[in-house]
Amino acid sequence: MTLALSDSERAMADGAQGEGAAMALRIVAEAARLLGAARLLPIASAHIDGAVYHGDSGTIFAETLVAGGARVSVPTTLNVGALDLTGCSRQRLEGHEREMARRMMRAYLDLGCAPTWTCAPYQAGHRPAAGSDVAWGESNAVVFCNSVLGARTNRYGDLLDIACAIAGRAPDTGLHRLENRRARFVFDVSGLDRAFFAQETAWPILGALYGRLAGDAVGVVAGVNARASEDHLKAFGAAAASSGAVGLFHMAGITPEAPTVEAALGHEAPEETFHITPVMVDEARRMLSTVSDAARIDAVAIGSPHLSSAEFAELHRLIGRRRLAVPLYACTGRHALADIERAGWRAELESAGVIVVVDTCIVVTPILATIDDGVLMTNSGKFAHYTPGNTGYGVVFGSLAECVESAVAGRPIFGGAS
Amino acid sequence: MTSGEVLVPGLPGAGEALVLTAPISFWGGVDPRTGLIIDVRHPERGASIADKVLFIPATIGSSTASTILLELVHRGKAPAAIVLDKPDAILLLGLVAAREMGWPTPVAVRLEKERFAIYAEKTVRIGDNGIIAIDGE
Repeated sequence: MTLALSDSERAMADGAQGEGAAMALRIVAEAARLLGAARLLPIASAHIDGAVYHGDSGTIFAETLVAGGARVSVPTTLNVGALDLTGCSRQRLEGHEREMARRMMRAYLDLGCAPTWTCAPYQAGHRPAAGSDVAWGESNAVVFCNSVLGARTNRYGDLLDIACAIAGRAPDTGLHRLENRRARFVFDVSGLDRAFFAQETAWPILGALYGRLAGDAVGVVAGVNARASEDHLKAFGAAAASSGAVGLFHMAGITPEAPTVEAALGHEAPEETFHITPVMVDEARRMLSTVSDAARIDAVAIGSPHLSSAEFAELHRLIGRRRLAVPLYACTGRHALADIERAGWRAELESAGVIVVVDTCIVVTPILATIDDGVLMTNSGKFAHYTPGNTGYGVVFGSLAECVESAVAGRPIFGGAS
Repeated sequence: MTSGEVLVPGLPGAGEALVLTAPISFWGGVDPRTGLIIDVRHPERGASIADKVLFIPATIGSSTASTILLELVHRGKAPAAIVLDKPDAILLLGLVAAREMGWPTPVAVRLEKERFAIYAEKTVRIGDNGIIAIDGE
């Protein structure tokens, strides 16, 4: 298939709206060619994962767009950056790196993006309508946007996400097309009991397992024996998008494109059905930890994706009036920070030993102390996946309650209330 | 000698082949400063992708792969050439952006992953026309 650009798109690529917009449109068109798309689609909004400092090249790229006069042409939110611009937490980026990270965040604001700095934009007011085409980046945001909101996006990488936001266009392919949103396999969890689903860890564990089995295929989760909150779906999707190339899942009776299993399958037979057993669940739970018999933990991190106000309420309740023996990093966005400040919780949490991390998180920028053989505990399937590679810490996975009890004790504590 | 489809045009490259035996996430899986594979769960952990002819059966995980590849190009730690089973737009956009910036970028070609194994540990040469050849054969 060859890509056909409209007259206005061709004019933009040739510089009619400035060199920055031209570069953006050329990048979108090149992506469309690689993806085999026949045309570009207009988009309603964008979410940008490109503003994390991974090295100077990203800053130079964004500043090249700014210098070319580019501006986003649709409402656009920002994923995390490498710095906490609110000053709540401290990053160990110094000198040149700190300056380049700051310049990069500045450049994305100069392009007209909103300073949301969160990986949970869908809980910060950015909720595109079901069926609308958008260009979102960041794997958990993508999967939530497609699966829970029912808006249509592919897994836009950084660079492409901002290019789409500037061009106002995205390649017409993949999950933008209805025929590709149909489930091809069934992930049947009806063999798991109600007690399992009563634990909040059920969602990241099942998500991690789903992602490994799915690869990049669309599936439908059938037989969920529980009510799924938005935070549960957030945890499931983030874990699934970490262990697999998941862009969209359906959950029968829960997500908007899956009123029933049959509807999610487009009334065709599934290519495969996975019957999930307690043994598979135990194995998936074990795989979320890289340290099996830690005598101590050095830190706890929660909030990947960023904590909602409801999750902060639970953290606040679980800690009570106790003091933590090791730091607990609670990663969130400005939307939830405003809520916990209004409630007076921020000061209480901080005096207990919680470090509220805003605008960023512990796996994208150096926040954790440098400790040989450090051990981090988390309730996040996504942190469990990325912490070893990105921070050097080993990981112990547990529920939020277990994370809090362990932070109080300074060593892993399992069991008790979940 | 075999011919791969050119996915992103770039400079021809030669080097030791590194044939990955499992899907890889570039973000969290490859250190953008050194080109070393850092994912503790990856079978090729500890190997460097810099200056190698890198055979990638599949990619997984975060959508930050393009930035990592852009940074590897900027630092001179990119593979000498990239061979992919499928055109992975997220990863390859790193090369597309590098070209827009005017930086020298390696060629990326497509080849079915069933044909990767014969290249393992050989010195492989990939032309800007997509021709894949093993040195000395």
